[in-house]
Formats: sequence, C-alpha cells, structure tokens
Amino acid sequence: MDISLKHVDYRYQANTPFERLAIADVSIDIPTGVYMAIIGHTGSGKSTVLQHLNALLQPTKGSVSIGDQEIKAGLKNKNLKKIRQKVGIVFQFPEHQLFEETVEKDIMFGPMNFGVSESDAKERARIALHQVGLGEEVLQKSPFDLSGGQMRRVAIAGVLAMEPDVIVLDEPTAGLDPRGRKEVMDMFYDLHKERKLSTILVTHSMEDAARYADQIVIMQHGKVVQRGTPEEIFSAPGELVEMGLDVPEVVRFQLKLEDKLGIKLEKMFLTIDELSAAVTKVLSRGVRL
Amino acid sequence: MMDKMIFGRYVPADSVLHKMDPRSKILIIFLFVCIIFLANNAVTYALIGIYTFFMLGLSRVPVRFLYGGLKPVILLVLFTFILQLFFTKEGALLYELGPVKIYEEGLRQGIFISLRFFFLILMTSLLTLTTTPIEITDGLETLLHPLNKVRFPVHEMALMMSISLRFIPTLMQETDKIMKAQIARGVEFASGPFKERIKAVIPLLIPLFVSSFKRAEELAVAMEARGYRGGEGRTKYRELSWKKADSFQMVLLVLVTILLFLLRS
Repeated sequence: MDISLKHVDYRYQANTPFERLAIADVSIDIPTGVYMAIIGHTGSGKSTVLQHLNALLQPTKGSVSIGDQEIKAGLKNKNLKKIRQKVGIVFQFPEHQLFEETVEKDIMFGPMNFGVSESDAKERARIALHQVGLGEEVLQKSPFDLSGGQMRRVAIAGVLAMEPDVIVLDEPTAGLDPRGRKEVMDMFYDLHKERKLSTILVTHSMEDAARYADQIVIMQHGKVVQRGTPEEIFSAPGELVEMGLDVPEVVRFQLKLEDKLGIKLEKMFLTIDELSAAVTKVLSRGVRL
Repeated sequence: MMDKMIFGRYVPADSVLHKMDPRSKILIIFLFVCIIFLANNAVTYALIGIYTFFMLGLSRVPVRFLYGGLKPVILLVLFTFILQLFFTKEGALLYELGPVKIYEEGLRQGIFISLRFFFLILMTSLLTLTTTPIEITDGLETLLHPLNKVRFPVHEMALMMSISLRFIPTLMQETDKIMKAQIARGVEFASGPFKERIKAVIPLLIPLFVSSFKRAEELAVAMEARGYRGGEGRTKYRELSWKKADSFQMVLLVLVTILLFLLRS
C-alpha cells in the first residue's frame, strides 16, 4: 500500500494564542514494501508526520493519500477505520497503552475492534506473541505483572496482531537496554523482509537508520531537508553535522581513516563488515601507514 | 482535541491583570462571587455585565480564544435557561402551546440565572487565564496563613493544589497520547452507539490511572530526595508585592458593590 504526503501543512491549536505550525510543505512518498527512516531532532515535526500516516491528524493544508483513500485538508473524511487497520502504529513507549486483564485479551483488543472473530483473534495473539519473542506462558498473565521490556513486546504484539500492511514505528527502542534494542530492531527488520511489510521508522538514531533503512528522510524545523538512500545521505556527512545530527560510527571511522591515510575508498560503507572487507582489500594492495 | 480548553489555562500576555498581585485577584473573585447574588433587576445585572466585560478587556485575552473555549459552557448556560423557562410557574402567562406554558417569572428568572452563571464563569476563568497556577497557590497560601493558628495545614493544602494544577496539562497530554494509541488500535471515541462509547473509555482510563499513580510515586521520591519536609521554616523565592493597581481594583469593586446595594430592588 502506497502512502504519499503532498504539500502537507499542519498547525497545532489553530485559531488560539497557542497556534503553532508543526510541519510546512512536507511531501514524502512511501512506496509499498520500503523501509524508510524519518530522522530529526525533537521538535523537527517527525512525530506530526507520523500521525498523518493513519489519519490520526488530518492536514491543515495539502493532502495525504493512503492506499486508495485520499485525505484532503478541510474535508470530513469517513472510513478512517479501514485505514487504521492497514497502517499499524507503534507509539513511543507503547506499553503505556496496555489495559486489559490478561496479555491475551490485550493483544486481541486491536483485531477484535476491526471485526476479527474471537477465535481468530486468539490465534493471532499466539502468533504475534511468538513473533515478538515471548512464550505462551505469559498469555494468561496480567500485562502489569510483566517487566518493562516484556510489556513493550506485548504492546508491539498488539499492533502486529492487527495484521497491518504498513507498520509505523516511533522510537520503538527508547528506554530499552542495548540487547533489547537490537532484538526489537532485528525483529522488525525480519518482518519487513519476510512479509514485505512497509516499515516507517521514526528515530534519531543514525545507527539504526543506516543499518536497516532503504531510504532516509531528514527533517528539520518542520521541513524535509534531505532524502535519499543511506549511501547518498552519509556521503555528505558535513551537512549532517551542521544540522547537529550524528553520523553512524562506521561512517565516522571511514572518514577519519581516509583523512589519515590520504586515500578515498570507492564508496561509503554502512556496516562494519563491508568496511573492514574494503579496508583489508586496500591494505593488501599495500598502503604505507 | 483538548486544544480549545480554557479552564485552568494560563494565557501569557502583558496586561494590567497579569501584573496584579494574585492576592488581590483572589480577593476580587471571592468578593465578586458574593456580590453577584445582590443583582436582582435589569440595572444591577447590566452593572455586573459592564464590570465583567471591562475586566475582560483589561486582560487582553483574545476574544476569539475565549469564545472557542466557552462554547461548551454556553450550551450549559442555555440549558439552565430552558430549564428555568419551562419549570417556573409564576407571574402572568406569556405563551401557551399545548402542554408547554411559559410564564413571565420563568422568562425573567431564566435570563437572570443564566446571566449570573455566565458572568461567574467568565470572571473565574479570567483569574486562571491571567494568573499562573504557582501565583494562585502562593496567593492563597498567604491569604490563608492566619488559619495556621487553628492548626489548619495551609502549606500542605497549597502544595497539593499546586501539584494538581501543575499536572492538569500533563494529564491532558497523556490523555491525548493514549487516546491516539487506542484510536490506532481501532477504538472509536467519537462515534458509534452510546453503549460502545462508554465502553471505549475503559482502554483510556485504565492506562491513565496506572500512569498517574506511577507519576505520583516518582514525584514523592523526587521530593524526598531533594529534602522536602513540609512547610516549617520554608522561605519563598517569589515575594508577593501589593501595587497601586491592586488597590485601585479593590476600590473599584467596592464601588461596584455599593452601587449594587443602591440600585437593587
């Protein structure tokens, strides 16, 4: 399912003394099956963009098309529920949305709201729980008795069980330990690969963006300032640094190495493995250190 | 969704009312709430109305914003009006349509009571619109200070008040966030049959309760960690100062009160 934002403006609290333009003239195309990272500082408008992806917010100006539905500014839009089933959002600290008596019921909540039968929802709950790496023994526990990391996974399972075509992740690993971080990110990546699930990751971690995304969009002060593949984005690290954004460690290493040795590798490498292979190749040709 | 809410909200502006001492503002509101009951005829209500709108003008809060925020209240005022109109059965019969009878007294009472209600709401929102919560609490604490003598825990009360005021916006944000998360999971808060909508509140309320308790606990720990031990011997960072404008406003209100006494029937 393609999603595209066309010249979208969004104003918070329009017509009050607190009015604030959050995003201005934002156009982003999200084709089916892509893994896109949206990067920016706090207040850059990335969370506002995210909420347009399933019509939680409707543009003050411009339009958003989601699949075959178009949401235009100033119009009453119906049938948003269909959109919300297809575009699942995992909010920041999703564990805050848990409320049911048991983990199973909480995961079933989403699917059942969208009209899935109870027995099917139960089956989906089992599958989703498995996907997030939890065992079936937690199904009958209260979500509030789980550890923070487990709660996070249960909440994610609740979104996965809706079987969306597009999944939107807002800082899904905030507050997790490094291992939990990697597990959760890898899990989403596997889902993306296996199910061709379009994935949109909103983050300020350059490392994650470089490692997983096919496309990167960089936002600043409510505007899209750069977009491209990770290779394109990181090949001009100067601009990123100017914006106060980090460059992935691998890239930083490569830049320093090139600078020290006075050489230029054939391209920007985004993983340690690729970079070390390239460096080995150069060294084997014999560079004087 | 809660964008237009004005209750308990502070709107920063550079106005006479904003600069006044919170003590005088609280006293004025208190006195106003009492004297509004003195009004009992058209002249006195007009006087109260003029005074209210004069104060509104002084506050420099944008009218459009006030209007947006008061919309739900206006509905409530209308409702009181209609209730009074149909259920007061005194005075001359003005109008009759089947079982519906409107009496003169009903119309009069309806207009007066809804006006009273409306002015009260305007003036009290004016207090919170022009005074930060912290100022209100400081003001109240000083005003109630004498009650300490009868062992009334003034400082603790004031603290409780400032904490609850402080957390209103936080709670609003939290509500908004959780609402959005649940809408994304297919909950419909704004449409559907009444029974379903009532049920839809549960996935909102439970997470809110859970997070409020957590927050309360964290706050208590943070306060203890910073050595909070009640009001004993505590000094103030912000000193309140009574200015000319405060005296002027007090005098003005006293004048209004005297006029009310003279003009009421």
